[in-house]
Amino acid sequence: MTARRLPSGGRIDRSRTIRVQFDGRSFVAHPGDTLASALLAGGQTLLARSFKYHRPRGLMAAGVEEPHALVHLRDGNRHEPNAQATMVEAFDGLKSTSQNAWPSLQFDVGAVNGLMSRFFGAGFYYKTFIGPLKGTGFWMFWERLIRRAAGMGRATTLDDPDHYEKINAFCDVLIAGTGPAGLAAALAAGRKGENVILVEQDHVLGGSLLNEQAGAPSDTWLSHAEAELRDLPNVRILSRTTAFGAYDTEVFGLVERFQDHVRAPEAGKPRQRYWLVRTKRAILATGAIERPMVFAGNDVPGVMLASAVRKYLNRYAVLAGKNVVVATNNDSAYTPALELAKAGAKVVICDLRRNIPAGLADSVKKAAIDLRLGQAVLKAEGGKSVRGTYIVPVDSNGRATAKGTRVICDLVAVSGGWAPALHLWSQRFGKPQYHASLDAFLPPAEKGAFLCVGSLAGAASLQEALSQGHAAGGSIGREPSLSGPDDFWGRDLMPVTVITKADGSTPGKAFVDFQHDVKLADVDQAYLEGYVSVEHLKRYTTSGMAADQGKTSNLNALARMATLRGMEIPSVGTTTFRPPYTPVAIGAIVGHDHGLYFRPTRLSTIHDWHKENAAEMIEAGAWLRPWYYPAKGENIRGAYIREAAHVREHVGIVDVSTLGKIAAQGPDTAEFLNRMYANGFKTLEIGRLRYGVMLREDGFIMDDGATARLGQNDYFMSTTTANAAKVLAMAEHLLQTAWRDLKVHVTTVTDQWAAIAIAGPKSRDLLTAVTKADLSKETLPNNHLAYVLVADVPCRLHRMSYSGELAYELYIPAKSGRKVWEALVAAGAPFNLKPYGTEAMGALRIEKGHVAGAEIEGRTTMKDLGLEAFASSKKPFVGSVLRKRPVLEDPKRPSLVGLEIIGNTGAKAGSLLFSLNGPTKGHGEGWVSSTTYSPALKKNIALALLARGPARIGETIQVVDFLGSQTLQAKVVSHHFFDPEGHRQNG
Amino acid sequence: MLRIHCPVCGLRDETEFTYGGDATMRRPDMTESDPKAWVDYVFIRDNPRGPHKEYWHHVTGCRQWLIVKRDTLTHEISGSYLAREVADLADEVAA
Ligand SMILES: [Zn+2]
Repeated sequence: MTARRLPSGGRIDRSRTIRVQFDGRSFVAHPGDTLASALLAGGQTLLARSFKYHRPRGLMAAGVEEPHALVHLRDGNRHEPNAQATMVEAFDGLKSTSQNAWPSLQFDVGAVNGLMSRFFGAGFYYKTFIGPLKGTGFWMFWERLIRRAAGMGRATTLDDPDHYEKINAFCDVLIAGTGPAGLAAALAAGRKGENVILVEQDHVLGGSLLNEQAGAPSDTWLSHAEAELRDLPNVRILSRTTAFGAYDTEVFGLVERFQDHVRAPEAGKPRQRYWLVRTKRAILATGAIERPMVFAGNDVPGVMLASAVRKYLNRYAVLAGKNVVVATNNDSAYTPALELAKAGAKVVICDLRRNIPAGLADSVKKAAIDLRLGQAVLKAEGGKSVRGTYIVPVDSNGRATAKGTRVICDLVAVSGGWAPALHLWSQRFGKPQYHASLDAFLPPAEKGAFLCVGSLAGAASLQEALSQGHAAGGSIGREPSLSGPDDFWGRDLMPVTVITKADGSTPGKAFVDFQHDVKLADVDQAYLEGYVSVEHLKRYTTSGMAADQGKTSNLNALARMATLRGMEIPSVGTTTFRPPYTPVAIGAIVGHDHGLYFRPTRLSTIHDWHKENAAEMIEAGAWLRPWYYPAKGENIRGAYIREAAHVREHVGIVDVSTLGKIAAQGPDTAEFLNRMYANGFKTLEIGRLRYGVMLREDGFIMDDGATARLGQNDYFMSTTTANAAKVLAMAEHLLQTAWRDLKVHVTTVTDQWAAIAIAGPKSRDLLTAVTKADLSKETLPNNHLAYVLVADVPCRLHRMSYSGELAYELYIPAKSGRKVWEALVAAGAPFNLKPYGTEAMGALRIEKGHVAGAEIEGRTTMKDLGLEAFASSKKPFVGSVLRKRPVLEDPKRPSLVGLEIIGNTGAKAGSLLFSLNGPTKGHGEGWVSSTTYSPALKKNIALALLARGPARIGETIQVVDFLGSQTLQAKVVSHHFFDPEGHRQNG
Repeated sequence: MLRIHCPVCGLRDETEFTYGGDATMRRPDMTESDPKAWVDYVFIRDNPRGPHKEYWHHVTGCRQWLIVKRDTLTHEISGSYLAREVADLADEVAA
């Protein structure tokens, strides 16, 4: 292959010269080039090693369908694998390297994979994982070797330094593609005043018109059309943008490569943008992809698609070869053949057809092209570059009928017909229709809100494409008129693309799927082994499953299977396409939604005080909560033990603003609560509180919390931090569906109220000092509430204990949370008030035997957690029937107990429990749910769920942490470790 | 992604909603004590290919539960209603 840049022509900016690198070698390029065209112009025809066999590969295409030329781009933290050289805009300083080759592209050790062929043939994965080799360790042994040998590019492990954006957009009509049909559609729709988003993956508009010789009549129309569109304020043109996904209800995913064509994004600009577009209708003008032929050596560098050869010639002024064999089964390859001849190449055309239109025959004769009808390329010869072809006469099935001739050449330009690029249509609607005369699958012209126009819809001429686009856009203004070459591929196409010897075999490897190295012989093997449906064929051979989703391979694989089965293509069927049309960087999809920005962080209104006072914070769902307040040099263990002990001796405050809070209001609220909670709520008086347990419909515990009755029809429910959303959604569901007879309204008021728990023997004294209110045992007993003023802020004081101490919860209008907190801190000095965090709160509740999220984890019942006494037997409630299922009543179920750990080491949550002398194997007889050091008991304790737990109090068991290889012994005790009679909290 | 018409808020992205399952299931009366009725309600679902009536909760919108008629094969949505306004959950939203 002896490619070279022509002295004139093309659509490149020759006034400027830039340099690009490939494997350390520098190439001259011009703005307007792609990496591929620059490398081709510089004579670099070997660009890659193939996926499995490490065969030398060059360029096959000039666009999005390129299967071979995947390269690494850039270096360092901007290193990027698997870039298609044909889709990379050349820029000065662009660095690229080959991938999947070692030690070098030129001398690749992996080429011996030819010797390992048996591991790489069709069905390798099937046979390894589900066949006779399953479980033999075969895969374990070969995996590393195979993964290294078979593969695509390497990703970087460094952080991506660039940022990516997401944009939500809306329009009346989204048009994908700016070839003649897409532009005509955009003009008509734009003139009509519709909001148009026009999407083009290239950096310039024009689509196939850019493959015409520069200065062609269509250029004038193109520039006028673009100027008119850019003047229309209702038309948004997105170039360098791919519509990669068509989703339900007319939603499209686009990726805009906003700053990919420069070395690094300009300051403040995103590298790429992910657009989510909601449109009323869509016009698809995505064109068609030329189809290769299958013959021995059809992957040798220098075997290219005829349309690609034409694009390199006319758009980039690169003549890809001097001696060209054009192999075709249709009219469309004649235009490139004639243009190549005109550019000085020596051209031989072999056309499978015995007859061609007279006009074509005349023109090739005038151009002194050697035309061989009824002939095809049986084999392309060459290693790193094509050296010649073996051309044979063939029958109507593509089988050689006689000996052939060897033709020396440096380029083979192939056209096996065309495949409309119906990927977006298929993503949305599934299977398209096969048209026998075109030997192609086409979408119907109209389906739902989708219109397909141009080559995608099988338009037979440039004029037909323009007319279709104009009509789809709404036929506003004058219909564009242009004449193009009379070379429609679908006119007299001979639907044969597989060329074999008389016996049906190929004289060498003939590829169906180039990117995954799937050979014709692999399709044959799949057939022999019974994998004949298209879905099996695909998975068994992995044809069509590479990053290109088989853009050049699907039809040829299907055609071969149809031949083997003696069926027509429509009976064999086709697979459907999935998003994305071309690979999309994860970064673009993620946008800014990562790390701390993955979701909003919820902060209590007291948060800043915690930070200013050196609290260590911990995530609790979306919230950040104070975890502990370390004194100088103190670690978490020291801090929480000190804080918990302090609460039992003096008084502490903890920010509990994160608790879920729901206002439940209306005349039927008592009945509503009575149904929602397992315990009775009808008797709750105004000014009183009640702890309640709530089940799911299936009878397991969902949540617990206290509810206050504030007025006749006014209740205030609290939920755990974690379950607030779930409880509200269930309440809304029941009230809006099954319980519509209840006059109740539920509203979340979590964000309206800050909340502080005040706990410890001095808590009443402190609060009395701050509020000047009578908070005596007689006036405000446990489970009562009062309205108080703290620092002139009206608050509600609930007397309720979680720690087991004399304790209160203060509910404060959210905006005054910090003011009240600081008032407590200021007034707390004489009482030795200290703040405490969630870790100490956890220690206190474990000592007290209260359950929390580690026990209410979705698999536990009231019985399991010793909460049976709260379940009313006098009324039905959510889950009341199903909680009584026999399996949930089984006494062998793990049930809540306390553990006193023997020795000085605490147990790890999640440790498994085993009887003292039994084997420590399997899942054990239960598990540790919560664990702490108890300052009150001066020992390590834990809450656990143990089979037949309450009956085993006094028994010593083993506590095994298999992750940390720790085995402890523990005594089973009541989970009410501390003050079981509740003297302290009721005092 | 689906877009769902909320009778209160208009046409909104699926991401604003959570799915609530089969809307033709009728919750047994509170006084129902037969476990089978509850097992059917909680666990037993058809898996229809085609038209389906299902609950969607407009969680980040108006917090209303909707009954949406969606074709499970084509994802086509042919109607959406406020659950609280549908007279009989099982029968009223005609297929
Ligand atoms: Zn809504």
